[in-house]
Amino acid sequence: MNDPEPAGAGSFSRRTFLKGLGTTAVAAAAAQTTALAAELEKANAEKVIGPGAVPVTLKVNGRKLKLELEPRVTLLDALRNYSSLTGAKEGCDRAACGACTVLLDGLPIYSCQKLALEAQGHEITTVEGLAEGDQLSKVQQAFIARDALQCGYCTPGFIMSVTALLKQNPKPTADEIKHACAGNLCRCGTQPHILQAVFEAAGVKVASKTEVIHA
Amino acid sequence: MPSWPTETKYISHATLRVDAAPKVKGQARYASDIQADGWLYGMILRSKWPAARILSVNLDRARQIPGIKAAVVVRDGEFNVRFYGEEIAAVAGTSKQACLDALQAIEVNAEPRLQFAVNEDLARKDGAPQVWEGRPNVTPGRSRERGNVDQAFQECDAVVEGFYTTPVQIHNPMETHGNTVWWTDEGITAWASTQGISSVRDGLAGALQLDQSKVRVITEFMGGGFGAKFGAGAEGVLAARLSREAKAPVRLMLTRFDQALAVGNRPSSFQKIKMGAKADGTLHAFEGENYGTAGIGAGGDAGGGGGGADIPMPYLYPIPNTRVKQSAVAVHAGSARAFRAPSHPPASFGMESAMDDLAVKLGLDPLAFRLKNDPNEIRRREYAIGAEKFGWKEKYQKPGSAPGPVKTGIGCAGAAWPAGGPTRSTQGEAQINPDGSVEFRLGVQDIGTGTKTVIAVVAAEMLGLKPEQITVKVGDTNFPPGPGSGGSTTCASISPTVYDICTNALQRLQAQTGVADARGENWFAACKKLGVTPLVVHGNWIEGLSTNPACGVQFAEVAVDTETGLVTVKQVVAVHDCGLIIDSLTLESQINGGVIMGMGYALYEERVMDDLSGVVLNPNFETYKLPGIADVPEIEVVLLNMPERGVIGIGEPATVPIAAAIGNAVANAIGVRVGSLPITPARVLAALGKIPPVAQT
Repeated sequence: MNDPEPAGAGSFSRRTFLKGLGTTAVAAAAAQTTALAAELEKANAEKVIGPGAVPVTLKVNGRKLKLELEPRVTLLDALRNYSSLTGAKEGCDRAACGACTVLLDGLPIYSCQKLALEAQGHEITTVEGLAEGDQLSKVQQAFIARDALQCGYCTPGFIMSVTALLKQNPKPTADEIKHACAGNLCRCGTQPHILQAVFEAAGVKVASKTEVIHA
Repeated sequence: MPSWPTETKYISHATLRVDAAPKVKGQARYASDIQADGWLYGMILRSKWPAARILSVNLDRARQIPGIKAAVVVRDGEFNVRFYGEEIAAVAGTSKQACLDALQAIEVNAEPRLQFAVNEDLARKDGAPQVWEGRPNVTPGRSRERGNVDQAFQECDAVVEGFYTTPVQIHNPMETHGNTVWWTDEGITAWASTQGISSVRDGLAGALQLDQSKVRVITEFMGGGFGAKFGAGAEGVLAARLSREAKAPVRLMLTRFDQALAVGNRPSSFQKIKMGAKADGTLHAFEGENYGTAGIGAGGDAGGGGGGADIPMPYLYPIPNTRVKQSAVAVHAGSARAFRAPSHPPASFGMESAMDDLAVKLGLDPLAFRLKNDPNEIRRREYAIGAEKFGWKEKYQKPGSAPGPVKTGIGCAGAAWPAGGPTRSTQGEAQINPDGSVEFRLGVQDIGTGTKTVIAVVAAEMLGLKPEQITVKVGDTNFPPGPGSGGSTTCASISPTVYDICTNALQRLQAQTGVADARGENWFAACKKLGVTPLVVHGNWIEGLSTNPACGVQFAEVAVDTETGLVTVKQVVAVHDCGLIIDSLTLESQINGGVIMGMGYALYEERVMDDLSGVVLNPNFETYKLPGIADVPEIEVVLLNMPERGVIGIGEPATVPIAAAIGNAVANAIGVRVGSLPITPARVLAALGKIPPVAQT
């Protein structure tokens, strides 16, 4: 922060803005402050959008969606309430439950924490995009086979986290599965079956330890 | 007398959940997914004061926000609010953003009360601020005495005294409370996230003064309830009023924040227990005093208040000399509601903790001490099975004797769920089509327990078909009335009803088609003979196929880090009975769920109120911690199938004993009792004398 580079117009980002603020604090030079203010004004004049609706184009499950959204609309809100893709769920709207998990260029993200605007230009995959026709993905099949769901509200989020995990790491350990699902909550208490389902989707046989005693 | 078939193809076996596919595909439509034509968002303005007189509410500026189509105040004239988060007004608009702006624009003229009490101990004091005018905060309570308690204590060879506390727990279903309501000239349609479509219908009709026949409630899928989602709720009534004003459907789902404040919780408990036994381990004397808060649901002479702040005492074990005194305390906080096995988990924690403390004092193995005093034969059998599987004998060591800084310990506890009987008014119908397809329609709802699967399994067994050949429709008040999904009553209500529908269907098919036995391979030929008109058959709940109660025992092994105070659950064995098992797979899921929810109660969950501001300090998942997948140990489930008993529910007993078992395992590991839930690292370190005591909030 002691050796700031001046932010050039057109390359203005939040990062350079913060760096600029650091400069101000350190140097406290009036001239620099004025220069920064002028720079900010210029950047804002070019970049400001909203508060009204603006055109937004999203690529979801391979299809282009052309929407008109206020800039403050999240990706989750855009999917659920402007595109009728209600697979991703809202459980907290603040990055704590994972029910809204979708893939952005193959990586799992909380769609409630991403503005729809920011998701433009990326490949978005929701739970609706996993099956090919009637053919469910391996993860979806395994969730059914191991009863890895109860009320099912958290299920799409878990399935997206697991899908991303298995793509990167086809034979995960139990700890790796738990790490990948650490951002997803389930209140029905389905976690043991989710663990079994991920192993099954990875082609690892796990026997249930449940025993039925016929009295 | 009817009886269940003894040779079965589906009943008592594992059948895959029949509605799993739409859930994994993201196609299941939950209440929060409903998008009726021209729907609007609804949002509620809540009190920021724990106690205030609302003098007036001005909606003019809110109505002028672009996109806002309706705005209502909860009631006319002046009114009181009694907790942080109580409903004041609501708006409906074309976007979430418009509603957020409108809530900010509502002007509330209020006189905040500077005196309020959100803490049980403060609310109990003389001169404490009153929650309800003209009614004391503390209920007169209930006292009962049996035998000669004072003399009996003198006859005991060992006596323990303990103070055990349990927190207010929040339901936190993953889908918050809420609904889409559409009010037209014909009446109201409500797509509700509910455990009771009938109770929501009746609640809306009552609140809005409509004929019950003018209200239809639909719940095809819902995201969990755990006891908190039975009524229409303020969110239902407000959505209906907004819909009437806007002439459009209104979707009003609560935020996670709202959910922690206003729509239910499990009451706290503060249990002072004195208990004594003879040298041979026979329990002889018990004295228990308990109070807890049901929020504003307690007060006056309302007994335990909503959700039951009064608990069964002494729990499970018959003791000849007992004295019990209980009361409920009103505080300025959201009302309690039923919460999975209402009043049993706190009762279990207090009593089963005292049992272990007394066993230690007597020098007895806690399991042997239980077997000596528990007269329930099923539970005794479950203890024997569980102990074997868990390796109790090999693992048990004297409290605090494990070596090293990370100490392991084991504990166990028992469950009872005396309710769980059927709703006898349950009805249903089946439509059998000439092409052999068949649809069952019951006015019940599936809250994730597998209700639709139970219907399909019983129907398939009785008709000689496969479960996937049965179409199941539930969650609509236009269907014959079914029970609310609570108290572990659903399975025992619907299974005999489906049995009756099937018996009636086979009789009618025989009468109409002449096919003597239309089951199995004869099914399609018989249906074809119906000609062009489908057969619709009705059925009722019938006697002799279901019963109650259910029991259960659970064992836990924990590791306690005596340097950090962190408790890790390493292994759980859960042994349960529920009469005739219908589907062992969804049953196993329910038991896992009960154990994990109880683990949260044992180790992580606690609503924290701020005494000075009166607000809930942890109304979100960052600060109100639920068990995550990494916290969950291996859970071994043992199911006792007892067909001769008929069908019993399982949801409640599965969550009752685990907190006590974990608490006992922690005490066994470190040699001292942590008497307050949740057993946080701070409480463990305090019990070990490493830091000052931690207050119950």
